[in-house]
Amino acid sequence: MQADYPVILNIVSSPKSLPIVRGAVDQMAIQEGLSKKDAHGLVLSIDEALANVIKHGYEGRHDQPVTITLAPVVAADGRKGISVVVRDQGKQVDPQSICGRDLDDVRPGGLGVHIIRAMMDEAEYSCPPEGGMMLRMVKYASAEGASD
Amino acid sequence: MAEDIEKIVKEVRRVDGGTIVSLSGDVDLHHAPALHAALVQVANERPNRFILDLKDVPYIDSSGVGTLVEVFRRVSAYKGKMVLFGLNDRVRSVFEITKLDRFFNICATEAEANAY
Repeated sequence: MQADYPVILNIVSSPKSLPIVRGAVDQMAIQEGLSKKDAHGLVLSIDEALANVIKHGYEGRHDQPVTITLAPVVAADGRKGISVVVRDQGKQVDPQSICGRDLDDVRPGGLGVHIIRAMMDEAEYSCPPEGGMMLRMVKYASAEGASD
Repeated sequence: MAEDIEKIVKEVRRVDGGTIVSLSGDVDLHHAPALHAALVQVANERPNRFILDLKDVPYIDSSGVGTLVEVFRRVSAYKGKMVLFGLNDRVRSVFEITKLDRFFNICATEAEANAY
């Protein structure tokens, strides 16, 4: 289905950008009728994706471009949702090598990808031929509804 | 850095048998370095109970919990106890997803944390 109002956020890779993105994503999730729990999953996943871009893709540089594209979608079973594309021009890595770590190993770091895969219904990394990385994700409303 | 520490660390209180650090605001990639510096300073005093008050933390990400894991390891190394309390549902869910709720001592209230 064609999105009726895609929202495109162009930011630089500064951690100071993250709360602003979180606010916009949360607002769109509310507008699309996602529950508070689903909205938090969406916000957290995008936050983790951006943190990984800043830390790994751009190796801590805070002035590089990142584009986040959000669009309302509808699942085959009618549930509403939001699709997300995070696009950067940072270092390319093999998408197959991007995976969460063993959670029994208690140490800082490496939790972002695990959170994204746990929270989102779809999450797929790719290396566009133009360079950089692209992460496409989708979060659908949970079956229990939007009451929480 | 000092300004960022003041934003994220609301209060540090010494109580009988420990220290309570009250945090405020989102604990994310932006604030994690300041939080780490502040908590390491407290950990270096080696309180028996290192209590973290998270009731005014609306949001935490993996950078935030990663910082707490690093401090947890320091506290465990000197045989201290690290106890968290006041987690809202969103914050608690991040500990649950990352399975870190198995390692941290998480209490509902300050009284429970003090008695832990």
